[in-house]
Amino acid sequence: MKMHVGGLNLFYGEHQALFDVSLDVPEHQVVALIGPSGCGKSTFLRTLNRMNDLIDGVRIEGQITLDGEDIYAPNTDLVHLRKRVGMVFQRPNPFPMSIYDNVAYGCRVHGLTDKKVLDEIVERSLRGAALWDEVKDRLNASAMGMSGGQQQRLCIARVMAVEPEVVLMDEPCSALDPISTMKIESLITELKKKYTIVIVTHNMQQAARVSDDTAFFLNGKLIENDKTDVIFTKPHNKKTEDYITGRFG
Amino acid sequence: MEIKMETQKTRQEYIQQLAEVQDKVYQMGLMAEVAVRRSLKALLENDSEVAERVMEADDAIDRKIEEIEDDCILLIAKQQPIAHDLRVIATGFKISTDIERIGDHAFDIARTAKEEGGLLDDERKALIRELGDCAVEMVSKAMEAYRAADIHMADDVRHMDRKMDGIFNRTFYSLSHLVTDESKRVEDATRLLFVARFLERIGDHAVNIAEWVVYLETAERVHTKKTRHIQA
Repeated sequence: MKMHVGGLNLFYGEHQALFDVSLDVPEHQVVALIGPSGCGKSTFLRTLNRMNDLIDGVRIEGQITLDGEDIYAPNTDLVHLRKRVGMVFQRPNPFPMSIYDNVAYGCRVHGLTDKKVLDEIVERSLRGAALWDEVKDRLNASAMGMSGGQQQRLCIARVMAVEPEVVLMDEPCSALDPISTMKIESLITELKKKYTIVIVTHNMQQAARVSDDTAFFLNGKLIENDKTDVIFTKPHNKKTEDYITGRFG
Repeated sequence: MEIKMETQKTRQEYIQQLAEVQDKVYQMGLMAEVAVRRSLKALLENDSEVAERVMEADDAIDRKIEEIEDDCILLIAKQQPIAHDLRVIATGFKISTDIERIGDHAFDIARTAKEEGGLLDDERKALIRELGDCAVEMVSKAMEAYRAADIHMADDVRHMDRKMDGIFNRTFYSLSHLVTDESKRVEDATRLLFVARFLERIGDHAVNIAEWVVYLETAERVHTKKTRHIQA
């Protein structure tokens, strides 16, 4: 098990947002988190690399481990944790710099300066994100001039450049057109050979298409978690079935 | 403005899964075709061992259809197939059902081969062989049309139905005399009449498959007119 979450409770001040969530994230699998807005799925995702630490008044109970190590242990190096557990956000957020510099950014932050090594990493990451052929002749052009779909793949390349073990994706296709969405989905299927992926999506069909496991959240509780094949053909919980069949709410 | 084609191929895994469904349907068709061939051999050569093997092999055909159905259901649930992809799934269900029935008929012929004791003379054997060969050829061609997405070959199969019906009429006529001639073995003679009927039905299933191949490739529904049976 790459990551394990046990008995997780999360509070924003007095308000409890997650209730006793336990979930395993198997290595080299895609786990999709689905549920209506405000159900806690994005909050849960952000606990996996401690992004919620940036929000004032957040309190967490329970345990989250990465390869058996407690990521909330006092001695955890957050920069190192977020290198191991990278994140792709809902809206593509390239830095206002060249395509090359965007991908090389994380490596430079971690102290890498060797041009030859950086060149290799940039090419490998862009190839890995299925973007190399489209941008190899304009690596020094600004990333801001790319299409939304290209920008999102650039963000994925940027995460891959620092060689994470787990990639968290928070609705990575919600701002993209259908073809770009299909490209990202195909990429996810490729990426899981090397990485472990947890993806939040509002699009149930996307969860069905790309994931191995699906977890359904409602009102801060994990209602059901199972193989995607099971969730989308014979869910055990009536609430899950109502949600995936569009009878909910 | 020039529109640049994107180079990245999308949905490779899904496309692969669709191809696997088609491959499984084709493999299932081959299994049924072998079953029909062997059941004929068992019947015409009084070989109960071969008959036994055909009956045992029917389980594998039944397992294959379950596998195909499960794959199709999962693809619908998870991938929302549309257009030609959806027709791959729809025809996957339909064609595998026809193949499963072909397998059942082969099973029934094999069982007759085991239980019927040498009632066929050479002339009637030749008729059943002719009927059987036609049925096997229709199944074989229908599956090849499916594999190769060849609607012309599918049309050939549909046109063979008339030939099949002609042979069936002659065979049925001849075997019905056997029932009256062999009054002490009416049951066995009737079973042989059923064999003729099974073979003719196998041809009908092959025609169904051919029609589904046309639908798969063109989205057009075609119907093959039956001739009237049993003209003495």
